Amino acid sequence: MMKGWPSILASACLGILLWQGVVMLAAPPSYILPPPLDVAATLWSAREQIAHHSIYTIGEILIGLALGAVLGAVSAIGLAASPLAQALLRPMMVFSQAIPVFVLAPILTLWLGYGIWPKVMMALLIIYFPVTSAFFDALMRTPGAWLDLARVMGARPARVMWHIRIPAALPGLASGLRLAAVYAPIGVIISEWVGASRGLGYLILLALGRVKVDLMFATTIALAVFTLLLYAAIDQICRRWLDAPDD
Amino acid sequence: MNAPALHISGAARIGATPVFGPLSLRVGAGQWTCLLGPSGVGKTTLLRLITGVDEVTSFDGTIAASDGLALEGRIALMAQTDLLMPWLDVMDNTLLGARLRGENPDRARARDVLDRVGLSDHVHKRPHALSGGQRQRVALARTLMEDRAFVLLDEPFSALDARTRSQMQDLACELLCGRTVLMVTHDPAEAARLGDAILIMEPDGLTPVTPPPGPAPRPENDPDTLRAQADLLIRLRDSQT
Repeated sequence: MMKGWPSILASACLGILLWQGVVMLAAPPSYILPPPLDVAATLWSAREQIAHHSIYTIGEILIGLALGAVLGAVSAIGLAASPLAQALLRPMMVFSQAIPVFVLAPILTLWLGYGIWPKVMMALLIIYFPVTSAFFDALMRTPGAWLDLARVMGARPARVMWHIRIPAALPGLASGLRLAAVYAPIGVIISEWVGASRGLGYLILLALGRVKVDLMFATTIALAVFTLLLYAAIDQICRRWLDAPDD
Repeated sequence: MNAPALHISGAARIGATPVFGPLSLRVGAGQWTCLLGPSGVGKTTLLRLITGVDEVTSFDGTIAASDGLALEGRIALMAQTDLLMPWLDVMDNTLLGARLRGENPDRARARDVLDRVGLSDHVHKRPHALSGGQRQRVALARTLMEDRAFVLLDEPFSALDARTRSQMQDLACELLCGRTVLMVTHDPAEAARLGDAILIMEPDGLTPVTPPPGPAPRPENDPDTLRAQADLLIRLRDSQT
Protein backbone atom coordinates (compact mmCIF):
# COMPACT_ATOMS: atom_id res chain seq x y z
CA MET A 1 0.00 0.00 0.00
CA MET A 2 1.17 3.51 -0.82
CA LYS A 3 1.17 5.97 2.03
CA GLY A 4 1.88 9.67 2.49
CA TRP A 5 3.23 11.68 -0.41
CA PRO A 6 3.38 8.93 -3.10
CA SER A 7 -0.30 8.18 -2.45
CA ILE A 8 -1.30 11.87 -2.57
CA LEU A 9 0.69 12.42 -5.78
CA ALA A 10 -0.77 9.33 -7.46
CA SER A 11 -4.29 10.39 -6.48
CA ALA A 12 -3.74 13.92 -7.88
CA CYS A 13 -2.40 12.47 -11.16
CA LEU A 14 -5.43 10.21 -11.43
CA GLY A 15 -7.74 13.20 -10.92
CA ILE A 16 -5.98 15.21 -13.64
CA LEU A 17 -6.09 12.21 -16.00
CA LEU A 18 -9.85 11.83 -15.43
CA TRP A 19 -10.30 15.54 -16.06
CA GLN A 20 -8.29 15.29 -19.31
CA GLY A 21 -10.31 12.20 -20.26
CA VAL A 22 -13.62 14.04 -19.86
CA VAL A 23 -12.26 16.96 -21.95
CA MET A 24 -11.16 14.60 -24.74
CA LEU A 25 -14.29 12.43 -24.77
CA ALA A 26 -17.04 15.02 -24.23
CA ALA A 27 -15.15 17.91 -25.85
CA PRO A 28 -16.96 20.64 -23.88
CA PRO A 29 -16.34 24.27 -24.90
CA SER A 30 -13.42 25.71 -22.94
CA TYR A 31 -15.73 28.22 -21.18
CA ILE A 32 -17.49 25.23 -19.58
CA LEU A 33 -14.52 22.99 -18.80
CA PRO A 34 -11.04 24.13 -19.82
CA PRO A 35 -8.40 21.40 -20.33
CA PRO A 36 -5.90 20.89 -17.47
CA LEU A 37 -2.97 22.25 -19.47
CA ASP A 38 -4.76 25.57 -20.14
CA VAL A 39 -5.52 25.92 -16.43
CA ALA A 40 -1.90 25.13 -15.58
CA ALA A 41 -0.76 27.79 -18.03
CA THR A 42 -3.13 30.34 -16.45
CA LEU A 43 -1.98 29.33 -12.97
CA TRP A 44 1.53 30.25 -14.08
CA SER A 45 0.75 33.42 -16.04
CA ALA A 46 -1.61 34.79 -13.39
CA ARG A 47 0.62 33.76 -10.50
CA GLU A 48 1.24 37.32 -9.28
CA GLN A 49 -2.45 38.18 -9.33
CA ILE A 50 -3.35 34.95 -7.53
CA ALA A 51 -0.54 35.42 -5.00
CA HIS A 52 -1.67 39.00 -4.30
CA HIS A 53 -5.22 37.89 -3.52
CA SER A 54 -4.04 34.79 -1.67
CA ILE A 55 -2.24 36.89 0.95
CA TYR A 56 -5.54 38.43 2.07
CA THR A 57 -7.48 35.19 2.04
CA ILE A 58 -4.78 33.26 3.89
CA GLY A 59 -4.39 36.06 6.43
CA GLU A 60 -8.15 36.13 7.06
CA ILE A 61 -8.24 32.34 7.42
CA LEU A 62 -5.30 32.26 9.86
CA ILE A 63 -6.62 35.10 12.05
CA GLY A 64 -10.12 33.57 12.08
CA LEU A 65 -8.69 30.15 12.86
CA ALA A 66 -6.55 31.44 15.73
CA LEU A 67 -9.36 33.50 17.27
CA GLY A 68 -11.96 30.77 16.80
CA ALA A 69 -9.68 28.09 18.26
CA VAL A 70 -8.81 30.17 21.33
CA LEU A 71 -12.40 31.31 21.87
CA GLY A 72 -13.74 27.77 21.33
CA ALA A 73 -11.21 26.23 23.71
CA VAL A 74 -11.87 28.82 26.42
CA SER A 75 -15.65 28.38 26.03
CA ALA A 76 -15.35 24.60 26.30
CA ILE A 77 -13.32 24.87 29.52
CA GLY A 78 -15.76 27.40 30.95
CA LEU A 79 -18.73 25.18 30.13
CA ALA A 80 -17.04 22.07 31.52
CA ALA A 81 -16.10 23.88 34.74
CA SER A 82 -19.54 25.30 35.47
CA PRO A 83 -22.81 23.34 35.49
CA LEU A 84 -24.62 26.69 35.60
CA ALA A 85 -22.91 27.84 32.39
CA GLN A 86 -23.84 24.50 30.84
CA ALA A 87 -27.50 24.88 31.79
CA LEU A 88 -27.69 28.47 30.52
CA LEU A 89 -25.51 28.40 27.41
CA ARG A 90 -25.59 24.93 25.89
CA PRO A 91 -29.18 25.11 24.61
CA MET A 92 -28.40 28.55 23.17
CA MET A 93 -25.31 27.21 21.41
CA VAL A 94 -27.15 24.26 19.95
CA PHE A 95 -30.02 26.50 18.85
CA SER A 96 -27.58 28.91 17.20
CA GLN A 97 -26.46 26.01 15.01
CA ALA A 98 -29.96 25.89 13.52
CA ILE A 99 -29.16 29.18 11.76
CA PRO A 100 -27.07 28.41 8.68
CA VAL A 101 -23.95 30.51 9.32
CA PHE A 102 -23.89 31.62 5.68
CA VAL A 103 -27.01 33.79 6.07
CA LEU A 104 -25.00 35.91 8.50
CA ALA A 105 -22.47 36.90 5.83
CA PRO A 106 -24.46 39.90 4.50
CA ILE A 107 -25.21 41.07 8.04
CA LEU A 108 -21.55 40.84 9.00
CA THR A 109 -20.62 42.85 5.89
CA LEU A 110 -23.23 45.43 6.82
CA TRP A 111 -21.85 45.71 10.35
CA LEU A 112 -18.12 45.35 9.77
CA GLY A 113 -17.64 46.81 6.30
CA TYR A 114 -15.73 45.46 3.32
CA GLY A 115 -12.34 44.90 4.97
CA ILE A 116 -10.92 41.73 6.44
CA TRP A 117 -12.99 41.69 9.64
CA PRO A 118 -16.30 40.29 8.33
CA LYS A 119 -14.24 37.48 6.74
CA VAL A 120 -12.35 36.82 9.96
CA MET A 121 -15.63 36.89 11.88
CA MET A 122 -17.23 34.47 9.45
CA ALA A 123 -14.34 32.00 9.79
CA LEU A 124 -14.51 32.40 13.57
CA LEU A 125 -18.26 31.74 13.68
CA ILE A 126 -18.06 28.70 11.44
CA ILE A 127 -15.29 27.00 13.45
CA TYR A 128 -16.36 28.09 16.94
CA PHE A 129 -19.00 25.40 17.38
CA PRO A 130 -16.99 22.39 16.16
CA VAL A 131 -14.00 23.38 18.32
CA THR A 132 -16.11 24.08 21.41
CA SER A 133 -18.23 20.99 20.97
CA ALA A 134 -15.38 18.54 20.34
CA PHE A 135 -13.28 19.88 23.22
CA PHE A 136 -16.24 20.13 25.61
CA ASP A 137 -17.32 16.55 24.93
CA ALA A 138 -13.78 15.35 25.61
CA LEU A 139 -13.59 17.40 28.82
CA MET A 140 -16.78 15.71 30.05
CA ARG A 141 -15.41 12.23 29.32
CA THR A 142 -12.47 12.18 31.75
CA PRO A 143 -12.16 8.60 33.03
CA GLY A 144 -14.09 8.38 36.31
CA ALA A 145 -11.31 6.45 38.04
CA TRP A 146 -8.89 9.36 37.50
CA LEU A 147 -11.40 11.79 39.01
CA ASP A 148 -11.96 9.45 41.97
CA LEU A 149 -8.20 9.23 42.54
CA ALA A 150 -7.98 13.03 42.43
CA ARG A 151 -10.79 13.33 44.98
CA VAL A 152 -9.12 10.87 47.36
CA MET A 153 -5.93 12.93 46.99
CA GLY A 154 -7.83 16.01 48.14
CA ALA A 155 -7.56 17.85 44.82
CA ARG A 156 -9.09 21.25 44.14
CA PRO A 157 -11.50 21.39 41.16
CA ALA A 158 -9.51 24.03 39.28
CA ARG A 159 -6.37 21.93 39.61
CA VAL A 160 -8.18 18.77 38.47
CA MET A 161 -9.24 20.77 35.41
CA TRP A 162 -5.71 21.97 34.70
CA HIS A 163 -3.72 18.83 35.55
CA ILE A 164 -6.11 16.05 34.49
CA ARG A 165 -9.23 17.06 32.55
CA ILE A 166 -7.61 19.44 30.06
CA PRO A 167 -4.58 17.26 29.22
CA ALA A 168 -6.86 14.22 28.92
CA ALA A 169 -9.16 16.13 26.55
CA LEU A 170 -6.49 17.51 24.19
CA PRO A 171 -7.10 14.77 21.58
CA GLY A 172 -10.71 16.02 21.46
CA LEU A 173 -9.48 19.58 20.91
CA ALA A 174 -7.28 18.19 18.12
CA SER A 175 -10.25 16.69 16.26
CA GLY A 176 -12.07 20.04 16.60
CA LEU A 177 -9.06 21.89 15.17
CA ARG A 178 -8.76 19.49 12.23
CA LEU A 179 -12.40 20.22 11.36
CA ALA A 180 -11.72 23.93 11.82
CA ALA A 181 -8.84 23.83 9.33
CA VAL A 182 -11.27 22.63 6.67
CA TYR A 183 -14.20 24.88 7.65
CA ALA A 184 -12.34 28.18 8.06
CA PRO A 185 -11.58 28.68 4.32
CA ILE A 186 -15.27 28.04 3.50
CA GLY A 187 -16.32 30.84 5.84
CA VAL A 188 -13.79 33.28 4.41
CA ILE A 189 -14.71 32.56 0.77
CA ILE A 190 -18.46 32.94 1.43
CA SER A 191 -17.80 36.27 3.09
CA GLU A 192 -15.58 37.39 0.21
CA TRP A 193 -18.38 36.56 -2.23
CA VAL A 194 -20.77 38.81 -0.35
CA GLY A 195 -18.55 41.85 -0.43
CA ALA A 196 -14.85 42.26 -1.03
CA SER A 197 -12.34 43.96 -3.28
CA ARG A 198 -9.53 41.49 -2.55
CA GLY A 199 -9.08 37.81 -1.83
CA LEU A 200 -9.47 34.55 -3.73
CA GLY A 201 -13.27 34.51 -3.34
CA TYR A 202 -13.38 37.95 -4.95
CA LEU A 203 -11.03 36.80 -7.74
CA ILE A 204 -13.25 33.79 -8.50
CA LEU A 205 -16.31 36.05 -8.91
CA LEU A 206 -14.27 38.53 -10.96
CA ALA A 207 -13.08 35.74 -13.28
CA LEU A 208 -16.66 34.45 -13.60
CA GLY A 209 -17.91 37.92 -14.55
CA ARG A 210 -15.33 38.15 -17.31
CA VAL A 211 -15.86 34.53 -18.41
CA LYS A 212 -12.22 33.74 -17.62
CA VAL A 213 -13.09 30.19 -16.74
CA ASP A 214 -9.45 29.07 -16.77
CA LEU A 215 -8.67 31.74 -14.12
CA MET A 216 -11.63 30.54 -12.04
CA PHE A 217 -10.28 27.01 -12.15
CA ALA A 218 -6.71 28.14 -11.44
CA THR A 219 -7.87 30.18 -8.43
CA THR A 220 -9.99 27.30 -7.16
CA ILE A 221 -7.04 24.95 -7.41
CA ALA A 222 -4.81 27.43 -5.57
CA LEU A 223 -7.42 27.69 -2.81
CA ALA A 224 -7.70 23.91 -2.56
CA VAL A 225 -3.92 23.58 -2.29
CA PHE A 226 -3.80 26.21 0.47
CA THR A 227 -6.58 24.45 2.37
CA LEU A 228 -4.75 21.14 2.13
CA LEU A 229 -1.49 22.72 3.30
CA LEU A 230 -3.32 24.36 6.19
CA TYR A 231 -4.88 21.03 7.13
CA ALA A 232 -1.49 19.32 6.94
CA ALA A 233 0.08 22.00 9.16
CA ILE A 234 -2.72 21.79 11.75
CA ASP A 235 -2.52 18.00 11.59
CA GLN A 236 1.21 18.13 12.33
CA ILE A 237 0.66 20.49 15.27
CA CYS A 238 -2.06 18.18 16.61
CA ARG A 239 0.14 15.11 16.24
CA ARG A 240 3.07 16.81 17.91
CA TRP A 241 1.28 18.45 20.83
CA LEU A 242 -2.31 17.28 21.29
CA ASP A 243 -2.93 13.70 20.20
CA ALA A 244 -2.76 10.84 22.68
CA PRO A 245 0.66 9.18 22.65
CA ASP A 246 0.73 5.84 20.83
CA ASP A 247 1.19 2.87 23.10
CA MET B 1 3.96 5.37 61.33
CA ASN B 2 1.38 5.18 64.09
CA ALA B 3 -1.78 4.45 62.14
CA PRO B 4 -5.14 4.11 63.91
CA ALA B 5 -7.67 1.35 63.25
CA LEU B 6 -10.65 1.74 60.95
CA HIS B 7 -14.20 0.79 61.96
CA ILE B 8 -16.99 0.22 59.48
CA SER B 9 -20.45 -0.87 60.51
CA GLY B 10 -23.70 -0.54 58.66
CA ALA B 11 -25.44 -1.47 55.43
CA ALA B 12 -25.22 -0.10 51.90
CA ARG B 13 -28.07 0.39 49.45
CA ILE B 14 -28.79 2.04 46.12
CA GLY B 15 -32.22 3.61 46.54
CA ALA B 16 -34.21 0.82 48.19
CA THR B 17 -32.07 -2.01 46.76
CA PRO B 18 -29.61 -3.44 49.29
CA VAL B 19 -26.00 -3.72 48.10
CA PHE B 20 -24.48 -5.39 51.15
CA GLY B 21 -24.74 -5.74 54.87
CA PRO B 22 -25.47 -5.03 57.57
CA LEU B 23 -21.87 -5.84 58.42
CA SER B 24 -19.27 -4.81 60.96
CA LEU B 25 -15.60 -4.58 60.03
CA ARG B 26 -12.58 -3.57 62.04
CA VAL B 27 -9.40 -2.98 60.08
CA GLY B 28 -6.67 -3.39 62.70
CA ALA B 29 -4.32 -0.50 63.45
CA GLY B 30 -1.11 -0.82 61.44
CA GLN B 31 -2.31 -4.17 60.08
CA TRP B 32 -2.82 -5.58 56.61
CA THR B 33 -6.39 -6.85 56.22
CA CYS B 34 -7.38 -8.86 53.15
CA LEU B 35 -10.97 -8.92 51.96
CA LEU B 36 -11.98 -11.85 49.74
CA GLY B 37 -15.36 -12.76 48.34
CA PRO B 38 -17.39 -13.56 45.24
CA SER B 39 -17.62 -10.97 42.47
CA GLY B 40 -20.44 -8.48 42.85
CA VAL B 41 -20.75 -8.86 46.61
CA GLY B 42 -19.80 -5.20 47.12
CA LYS B 43 -16.09 -5.27 48.03
CA THR B 44 -15.17 -2.42 45.71
CA THR B 45 -18.30 -0.50 46.75
CA LEU B 46 -17.12 -0.82 50.36
CA LEU B 47 -13.76 0.73 49.43
CA ARG B 48 -15.49 3.51 47.50
CA LEU B 49 -17.70 4.26 50.49
CA ILE B 50 -14.66 4.51 52.75
CA THR B 51 -12.93 6.93 50.35
CA GLY B 52 -16.13 8.95 50.05
CA VAL B 53 -16.18 9.00 46.22
CA ASP B 54 -19.34 6.89 45.84
CA GLU B 55 -22.22 9.23 45.02
CA VAL B 56 -24.69 6.52 44.02
CA THR B 57 -24.65 4.21 47.00
CA SER B 58 -26.00 5.29 50.40
CA PHE B 59 -24.42 3.90 53.53
CA ASP B 60 -26.53 3.64 56.70
CA GLY B 61 -24.02 3.35 59.51
CA THR B 62 -20.63 4.67 60.52
CA ILE B 63 -17.17 4.67 58.95
CA ALA B 64 -14.66 6.07 61.44
CA ALA B 65 -11.05 6.03 62.56
CA SER B 66 -10.29 4.76 66.07
CA ASP B 67 -8.61 8.05 67.02
CA GLY B 68 -11.88 9.90 66.42
CA LEU B 69 -10.44 12.24 63.75
CA ALA B 70 -12.03 12.69 60.36
CA LEU B 71 -11.01 10.28 57.58
CA GLU B 72 -10.79 12.98 54.93
CA GLY B 73 -7.23 13.56 53.76
CA ARG B 74 -5.91 10.46 55.52
CA ILE B 75 -6.62 7.82 52.84
CA ALA B 76 -4.54 6.73 49.88
CA LEU B 77 -5.97 4.55 47.13
CA MET B 78 -4.35 2.08 44.77
CA ALA B 79 -6.57 0.50 42.14
CA GLN B 80 -6.41 -2.48 39.79
CA THR B 81 -5.35 -0.22 36.92
CA ASP B 82 -2.36 1.98 37.58
CA LEU B 83 -4.29 5.22 36.80
CA LEU B 84 -1.09 6.87 35.58
CA MET B 85 -1.49 10.03 33.51
CA PRO B 86 -0.03 9.09 30.10
CA TRP B 87 1.23 12.65 29.45
CA LEU B 88 3.29 12.81 32.67
CA ASP B 89 6.63 11.11 33.22
CA VAL B 90 7.32 8.82 36.18
CA MET B 91 8.47 11.70 38.40
CA ASP B 92 5.44 13.89 37.66
CA ASN B 93 3.03 10.98 38.10
CA THR B 94 4.59 10.37 41.51
CA LEU B 95 4.09 14.05 42.37
CA LEU B 96 0.48 14.16 41.12
CA GLY B 97 -1.10 14.43 44.59
CA ALA B 98 1.00 17.48 45.54
CA ARG B 99 0.21 19.12 42.18
CA LEU B 100 -3.52 18.55 42.61
CA ARG B 101 -3.51 20.02 46.12
CA GLY B 102 -1.39 23.01 45.07
CA GLU B 103 1.47 22.04 47.36
CA ASN B 104 5.13 22.47 46.56
CA PRO B 105 6.22 19.18 44.96
CA ASP B 106 8.93 17.54 47.06
CA ARG B 107 11.19 16.18 44.32
CA ALA B 108 13.88 14.96 46.69
CA ARG B 109 11.42 12.75 48.54
CA ALA B 110 9.87 11.56 45.26
CA ARG B 111 13.35 10.57 44.08
CA ASP B 112 13.87 8.65 47.31
CA VAL B 113 10.51 6.87 46.99
CA LEU B 114 11.20 5.99 43.35
CA ASP B 115 14.54 4.63 44.42
CA ARG B 116 12.81 2.42 47.00
CA VAL B 117 10.41 0.97 44.41
CA GLY B 118 13.40 0.36 42.11
CA LEU B 119 12.61 2.93 39.43
CA SER B 120 15.54 5.34 39.80
CA ASP B 121 16.62 4.59 36.21
CA HIS B 122 13.18 5.37 34.78
CA VAL B 123 12.38 8.74 36.38
CA HIS B 124 11.89 10.57 33.09
CA LYS B 125 10.07 7.87 31.14
CA ARG B 126 6.41 8.15 30.21
CA PRO B 127 4.07 5.30 31.28
CA HIS B 128 3.80 3.86 27.75
CA ALA B 129 7.54 3.13 27.85
CA LEU B 130 7.16 1.01 31.00
CA SER B 131 6.11 -2.61 31.59
CA GLY B 132 2.94 -3.45 33.51
CA GLY B 133 4.95 -4.24 36.62
CA GLN B 134 6.91 -0.99 36.39
CA ARG B 135 3.69 0.98 35.97
CA GLN B 136 2.26 -0.57 39.13
CA ARG B 137 5.53 0.36 40.88
CA VAL B 138 4.91 3.99 39.88
CA ALA B 139 1.38 3.68 41.26
CA LEU B 140 2.87 2.33 44.50
CA ALA B 141 5.36 5.22 44.60
CA ARG B 142 2.49 7.69 44.09
CA THR B 143 0.59 5.99 46.93
CA LEU B 144 3.65 6.20 49.22
CA MET B 145 4.15 9.89 48.37
CA GLU B 146 0.69 10.53 49.77
CA ASP B 147 2.00 9.28 53.12
CA ARG B 148 -1.45 8.44 54.49
CA ALA B 149 -2.35 6.40 57.56
CA PHE B 150 -4.98 4.37 55.70
CA VAL B 151 -4.20 2.65 52.42
CA LEU B 152 -6.97 1.01 50.39
CA LEU B 153 -5.90 -1.48 47.74
CA ASP B 154 -8.40 -2.68 45.14
CA GLU B 155 -6.85 -5.77 43.52
CA PRO B 156 -3.73 -3.79 42.61
CA PHE B 157 -1.67 -6.76 41.43
CA SER B 158 -4.32 -8.88 39.73
CA ALA B 159 -3.33 -7.88 36.19
CA LEU B 160 0.36 -8.74 36.67
CA ASP B 161 2.12 -11.96 35.72
CA ALA B 162 2.88 -14.40 38.56
CA ARG B 163 6.54 -13.41 38.96
CA THR B 164 5.92 -9.66 38.94
CA ARG B 165 2.92 -10.08 41.23
CA SER B 166 4.98 -11.92 43.84
CA GLN B 167 7.70 -9.23 43.70
CA MET B 168 5.14 -6.44 44.00
CA GLN B 169 3.55 -8.17 47.01
CA ASP B 170 6.92 -8.22 48.79
CA LEU B 171 7.62 -4.61 47.90
CA ALA B 172 4.20 -3.31 48.92
CA CYS B 173 4.29 -5.30 52.16
CA GLU B 174 7.68 -3.83 53.04
CA LEU B 175 6.88 -0.23 52.10
CA LEU B 176 3.36 -0.04 53.50
CA CYS B 177 4.42 -1.61 56.80
CA GLY B 178 2.90 0.16 59.79
CA ARG B 179 -0.02 1.63 57.87
CA THR B 180 -3.59 0.42 58.22
CA VAL B 181 -4.15 -1.43 54.95
CA LEU B 182 -7.41 -2.83 53.58
CA MET B 183 -6.88 -4.91 50.44
CA VAL B 184 -9.60 -6.30 48.22
CA THR B 185 -8.34 -9.35 46.34
CA HIS B 186 -9.62 -12.31 44.37
CA ASP B 187 -6.47 -14.31 44.93
CA PRO B 188 -6.40 -16.71 47.94
CA ALA B 189 -2.61 -17.01 47.55
CA GLU B 190 -2.24 -13.25 47.91
CA ALA B 191 -4.45 -13.17 51.00
CA ALA B 192 -2.54 -16.10 52.55
CA ARG B 193 0.83 -14.39 51.90
CA LEU B 194 -0.04 -10.85 52.99
CA GLY B 195 -2.98 -10.88 55.41
CA ASP B 196 -2.51 -10.11 59.10
CA ALA B 197 -6.26 -10.59 59.07
CA ILE B 198 -8.37 -12.29 56.38
CA LEU B 199 -12.10 -11.77 55.88
CA ILE B 200 -14.53 -13.35 53.47
CA MET B 201 -17.35 -11.07 52.39
CA GLU B 202 -20.69 -12.64 51.45
CA PRO B 203 -24.19 -11.22 51.00
CA ASP B 204 -25.07 -11.98 54.63
CA GLY B 205 -21.93 -10.51 56.14
CA LEU B 206 -18.26 -11.03 56.92
CA THR B 207 -16.55 -14.20 58.12
CA PRO B 208 -13.06 -13.97 59.60
CA VAL B 209 -10.55 -16.65 58.61
CA THR B 210 -7.46 -17.34 60.72
CA PRO B 211 -4.39 -16.30 58.74
CA PRO B 212 -1.38 -18.63 58.57
CA PRO B 213 1.25 -18.11 61.27
CA GLY B 214 4.36 -15.98 60.73
CA PRO B 215 4.89 -12.38 59.65
CA ALA B 216 3.88 -11.21 56.17
CA PRO B 217 5.03 -11.47 53.44
CA ARG B 218 5.09 -15.22 53.97
CA PRO B 219 7.19 -17.34 51.59
CA GLU B 220 5.30 -18.85 48.65
CA ASN B 221 6.51 -22.34 49.55
CA ASP B 222 5.70 -22.16 53.26
CA PRO B 223 3.52 -25.24 54.00
CA ASP B 224 1.18 -23.37 56.35
CA THR B 225 0.70 -20.58 53.80
CA LEU B 226 0.00 -23.10 51.03
CA ARG B 227 -2.43 -24.90 53.28
CA ALA B 228 -4.20 -21.64 54.14
CA GLN B 229 -4.37 -20.74 50.44
CA ALA B 230 -5.99 -24.09 49.61
CA ASP B 231 -8.46 -23.80 52.49
CA LEU B 232 -9.40 -20.29 51.38
CA LEU B 233 -10.00 -21.47 47.84
CA ILE B 234 -12.25 -24.30 49.01
CA ARG B 235 -14.06 -21.89 51.33
CA LEU B 236 -14.59 -19.42 48.42
CA ARG B 237 -15.85 -22.14 46.08
CA ASP B 238 -18.55 -22.98 48.59
CA SER B 239 -19.51 -19.39 49.36
CA GLN B 240 -22.93 -18.12 48.35
CA THR B 241 -23.20 -15.77 45.43
